[in-house]
Amino acid sequence: MNGVLIVWEQRQLFVNGLLNTISLVTVAAAVAILFGALFAVPLVNGGKVARRAGRGVVDFFRSVPFLLLAYIVYYGLPTVGLRLPAWWAGLLTLILYNSAYMAEIFRSAWLNLPQEQTETGRAFGFAGMGLYRWIIFPQVALASAPVVGNQLIIMIKDTAFLMIITVPEITFAANFVNANYFVPFAPFALAVLLYWGLCVLVELGVHRVGAAAAARRHA
Amino acid sequence: MSLAALLTIVTGAAVTALLSLSGIVIGVPLGLLLALVRWARLSFLNAFVTVFVSLVRSTPIVTLVLFVFFVLPTLGLEVDPVPAAVATLAVNTSAFNCEIWRGALMDFPREQRDAARAFGMTRAMTFWRIVFPQVWRRSLPALVNEMTTLLKATPAVAVIGIVEVTRAASRIGAATYDPLPPFAVATVLYTLVVLIFVQGQRRVERHMAIKYGYQT
Repeated sequence: MNGVLIVWEQRQLFVNGLLNTISLVTVAAAVAILFGALFAVPLVNGGKVARRAGRGVVDFFRSVPFLLLAYIVYYGLPTVGLRLPAWWAGLLTLILYNSAYMAEIFRSAWLNLPQEQTETGRAFGFAGMGLYRWIIFPQVALASAPVVGNQLIIMIKDTAFLMIITVPEITFAANFVNANYFVPFAPFALAVLLYWGLCVLVELGVHRVGAAAAARRHA
Repeated sequence: MSLAALLTIVTGAAVTALLSLSGIVIGVPLGLLLALVRWARLSFLNAFVTVFVSLVRSTPIVTLVLFVFFVLPTLGLEVDPVPAAVATLAVNTSAFNCEIWRGALMDFPREQRDAARAFGMTRAMTFWRIVFPQVWRRSLPALVNEMTTLLKATPAVAVIGIVEVTRAASRIGAATYDPLPPFAVATVLYTLVVLIFVQGQRRVERHMAIKYGYQT
């Protein structure tokens, strides 16, 4: 009971932590989806060299653990003259790491698209940006929505790593309260519930997009 | 970077690999057990496992390991960092493995089970002789995927003071004021370990394709 009271007294810390987690994930997801979509173009349509180089970059980020990348950005970049505050270092890490994953997600959704639609689009005179804007990207977006949702959930959970580079997010708040008041259960249980709530929200969102996609197909 | 520093990072990498491996060795069968509870629809346990899996799957490992490390002692169970880390990794991966096993179990053709029962096999015998040999082959690629994910998430246990590869690298970086070389070494080591895993998966898949004559 004592723990619950202390958590209530320190609620501002948790509210800030929650807001930091949400803002990091939202901004990073928006940028990573954009970069991923742009990066997917050479992965699918690029020449042999561009494709191979792109794969190398994507594979690199997929085999580096997130925490190591966060360390490189936060502790490593200052030696080459780029010193970022923890929040921004966390954001940059999230963007770098997830752009690679998003590019890979879009690439595989793209390769699985039925070719006829693109051919038909071309036959109707779509070319260049118009073809991407109206024919390819909408289909890729709908087809990859569930996997993007999964990646968002992974991003939410990856933000917890950022407490190690002192970003005051949810787990940082829980750990801070435990370290100062020696009541571990309530703060960590609250942290778990907050992450759970965020993940459930993303799952609901994915479900709605899926329903919209199904409605579109049967329209 | 000195030879001693290099050795520290290599030791850290070994710690990472061993912790992940211990988590996997416990977590894969534990996941199967959880999946079987859900598959058998044991009413009370089923609901419990559903909530457990959902909670664990949405909890970051950093948070879970802090929870295990700090909450267990308040229940009178003192844990050292290493057992706490292994328990956390095992619990985390078991929740994801549960979903993988469950997916394969749900897709298992009903006719085969009915046929086994018609031949007078008990439920346990049906499981071990008929269901399991097919289900594990079906689940293996996804299980190995989850293993690489766990391997990449293992640095989370650094937060309770375990000197695994990333913490070893950051310590050396802090001591030498030159963090990029140790991080580069750690990255190379990590990539190697992940590559070994992926290669292992490909070999097992090829071996299974030859032995069983079909791709699972």
